[in-house]
Amino acid sequence: MGEVILTMKEIDKSFIGVHALKQVNLELKKGEVHALMGENGAGKSTLMKVLTGIYAKDSGSIIYEGKEIEFTNPREAQDVGITIVHQELNMMNHLTVAQNIFIGREMMNGKLINDRKMNKEAAKLFEKLNIDIDPDETIGNLTVGKQQMCEIAKAISRDAKIIVFDEPTAALTESEIDELFKIIRDLRAKGIGIVYISHRMDEIKVITDRVTVMRDGEYVGTLITKDCSKNDIINMMVGRVIYEDPKQKSNVPENAPVVLKVEHLNAGKMVRDVSFELKKGEILGFAGLMGAGRTETARALFGADKKDSGDIYINGQKVDIKNPMDAVNAGVGYLSEDRKRYGIVLDKTIAENTTMASLEHYMKGFFINEKEEKKIAEEYVNKLRTKTPTVDTAVINLSGGNQQKVVIAKWLVRDCDILIFDEPTRGIDVGAKNEIYQLMSELAAEGKSIIMISSELTEILRMSDRIVVMCEGRKTGELSIEEASQETIMQAATLRN
Amino acid sequence: MENIQKKVSTKTNPFIDNPVVKAIGTQRLIAVLALLALTGFFSIASPAFRQWTTVVSIFDASYYIGFMAIGITFVIITGGIDLSIGTVLVCSSLIAGSLAVKNGVPVAACLAVGILIGALFGLCNGLMVSIMGLPPFIATLGTMMVSKGFGSIYSKAQSVTWPQAAGDGGWFRSIFKVTIGSGAGAKIIPTGFLLLIILAVIMSVILNKTRPGRYILALGSNKEATRLSGVNIVKWETLAYIFSGSFAGLAGIAYAASYSTMLPGGGAGFELDAIAGVVIGGTSMSGGYGSIAGTLIGVFIMSVLKTGLPFIGLQPHYQQFITGFVLIAAVFADVVNRRKKN
Repeated sequence: MGEVILTMKEIDKSFIGVHALKQVNLELKKGEVHALMGENGAGKSTLMKVLTGIYAKDSGSIIYEGKEIEFTNPREAQDVGITIVHQELNMMNHLTVAQNIFIGREMMNGKLINDRKMNKEAAKLFEKLNIDIDPDETIGNLTVGKQQMCEIAKAISRDAKIIVFDEPTAALTESEIDELFKIIRDLRAKGIGIVYISHRMDEIKVITDRVTVMRDGEYVGTLITKDCSKNDIINMMVGRVIYEDPKQKSNVPENAPVVLKVEHLNAGKMVRDVSFELKKGEILGFAGLMGAGRTETARALFGADKKDSGDIYINGQKVDIKNPMDAVNAGVGYLSEDRKRYGIVLDKTIAENTTMASLEHYMKGFFINEKEEKKIAEEYVNKLRTKTPTVDTAVINLSGGNQQKVVIAKWLVRDCDILIFDEPTRGIDVGAKNEIYQLMSELAAEGKSIIMISSELTEILRMSDRIVVMCEGRKTGELSIEEASQETIMQAATLRN
Repeated sequence: MENIQKKVSTKTNPFIDNPVVKAIGTQRLIAVLALLALTGFFSIASPAFRQWTTVVSIFDASYYIGFMAIGITFVIITGGIDLSIGTVLVCSSLIAGSLAVKNGVPVAACLAVGILIGALFGLCNGLMVSIMGLPPFIATLGTMMVSKGFGSIYSKAQSVTWPQAAGDGGWFRSIFKVTIGSGAGAKIIPTGFLLLIILAVIMSVILNKTRPGRYILALGSNKEATRLSGVNIVKWETLAYIFSGSFAGLAGIAYAASYSTMLPGGGAGFELDAIAGVVIGGTSMSGGYGSIAGTLIGVFIMSVLKTGLPFIGLQPHYQQFITGFVLIAAVFADVVNRRKKN
C-alpha cells in the first residue's frame, strides 16, 4: 500500500425524509483494495455515488490527490480518474467491444469514425490486462464476466486512479471470479486504489487489504483485513444497537396445521431447490441479502414468473399455479416489494384498487355496483386505519404506508388466507412502519398465514415466528425465532454453496 | 405525522384547479372550446354555413371516422394501437357488399357479416398482442396489409357497389340518413348521428361502469399490477381489439351508405384520422386514461373543419393541414399541464 490518494471526511447526505449518510469517513491508499461493507441500506452505494459525482454531498470534504474536489456530474469524476464498475453493467449490447470502450470519445479519421484504430487500441488494453477478448466482437455476445472486464478496460483506458467495484462477483462463475481477482491484484500492483463492495465474506478475506464498515448511514470503523475475523466484521455490520425488541418466542402453536408446503421449487437461476412449510397464523420471515432469490421464490410461488419444477400444496392439496389468477383463486395474495410498479394502479382510486382482485363480487348484473364497492372500500379504510379524505382519492395522492394498506385491503377483500409481504415497509416512514407491523400481527392472530420477505434484520427478528434464510437462490438456513439472532442469520445469509 | 394528501405544488393554478376544468380535463376542455370556436367562427364568417344542410354534412362526414374512433379508443386506453381499422373497414365492406350484390344474400345478414369480419380481424390482433406478445404497432401493421390484400383478392380487385337507396336492400342507408319529401323541400334527417350518439353512450357506459371497461383502464395504467391482482389480462386486452375491429366493420357499412362504392385497396389512412380524433379528445396514447365523449368531440372538430373550410373559400384538403395543428396544440397543452403538475 502506498500513500493516501483519497480521503472522504464527514460526508453528509440527506434525501427528502431520509438521512442517508451521517458523517461518513473513508480513506483509500494507492495500491490498496479496500472493502466497503454493510447491510442493504447501510449507505454504501450512496457514498460511492457521492464519490463518483452522481449525487452532490450536503457537507463534508473529499480530498483527492491532495486537493479538495467537488463533482457535479459523473463525467467530471471520470475525467480526473475516478470510475465505477456497476453491478448492472451499462453496455450498448449491439455495439462491438471497442465501440463500447470508446463510447463518447471515438477515434476519428476526419469526420468518420475509425473503428480499426479503436480495435487496435482496445487490443493493446486487453494485452496490458492479460485478457483474451476480441475487440471486434459484439459485446452482447460476451459472458457477464467478460463484459465486466471490458468495463475494467474502459476504466483503465481513461487513466483511472480509483476504481470502485460494486458487487462485481454477483453474476460471475467460479473461474471468472479467479480471473477477476487476478486482474484486481494486477491493478493493485500498478498502484490503483480500489474500493470493493461485496457481501461475500470469503472474498473480502481473500482479496482486500482493509475493510470499512457502515451501518444505517453511519461510519462504524475500519479494520485491517488480515487482523480480523469474519465475526468481527459481522458484529460491526449488525451492531449492538437493537432498535426494536425482537420477538421472544413463536406465537404459533406446535400443532398448528400446515397451510402451505413448497417442495423443491426451481425457477431460473435465482430459485434452486427451495422447500419450506408455512403454518396457519404464522409469520414466516424470509431473510437474506439483496439478490438472494427471495423475491424470485415468491414470484414463482405466486405464478408471476414461470417455475421450472417443484410442487406446491395448499391445505394438504396439491395445486397447480401457472399464473397469478390460479394463485389468487387458491387464496394466495402477493404484496410486491415494488409497490408502485407491481402493487397498485397509481392513477386509479382507492375504491377501484380495493376491488381489483375481486370485482366479480361487486357487480349488479352487467354493471359495477359502485355503491357496494365504495362501502367495502370504506370498511377497509376504517379497519386498516388508512388515512385518506375519501375512497375516491387516487392512490398516487397517498403516502407509502397508506398505499400499502390499500394493497393489503385488496387481498383481504379477496379473502386470501396466505399473504406474501415482500419488503412490506420499504419506502414507508417510521410511524407508519409500526402500524403495518401491528396490522400484520393482527392478521396472523386472526389466522392468516404470512410470508414476510425483508432485508432488514430488525424487522425479521421483530415479526417472524420462524425464519428461512436464503443465499444465491438456495435456502441456506431455517431458524426458529428462539435460536435466531442477527449473527446467526447473517452467517447463513453469507454462506456460499 | 403522515401527509394525508400530498400537495403536488404549493402554488395553485386557478385554471387547473377550477372544479369544472378538473371534471372535464384540461385537454378535453381545450377540445370543447376549439369545437365551439370553430363552429362560431364559420357561422360568423359565412352566413351560408348556418344551415341545416351544413349540419347534415358535418354529421355525414363524421359517421365512419366516429365509429372507428369509438372502437380504437379502447385499444389506445390499453396503451396499444390499431393501425388495421382503415383497411379492415374496406375489406369487411367489400366482402359484405359483394355478398349482397353478387350472391343475393339478404342485406340484413350482410350487415352482420360486415361487423363480424371486423370483429374477427380484431380478435386476431388481440391474440397476437396479448398471447403472442407482438408489439401492437407491428401486429396491426401486419393485419393492415393482410386485410387490404384479402379484400382485393376476395373481390378480384373489382369495386363493389352496395344497393342503391331506391333499389332492393337499399333500406340500410336509412340507418344513417333518412330523406323526407323530395326535390327542393326535402328534409334530411341524419339518423346516423343518432346511432353514433347511442353507441357512444353504450360504449361509454361499458368503459366506465362495467368490468371490461374497468380492467381495460386498469391494464392500460399498469398492466403488471393488474395481472398480479389475478385479472385475466389476456382476455380483456383482446376484447379491446375486438371492439376496435367490430367498430371498423360497422364503419364500413356507414361508409358504404355514404359513398356506395367500395374500392379494393383503399382505406389506408382512415385509421390515422380516427387516432387523431381520439388523441384530440384527450385519451392518453400511453394508456390508462380516456373517454368516449372526448373522442366524439375530436372527431367533430375534424368534420367541422372539413365541412366549414369550403364556406370561407378554402378547399377541404386544408382540413388535414389545420387538423394537424389542432392535434399538436391539444396534445402539447396536455404535456405542458402535466409537466406543471410534476
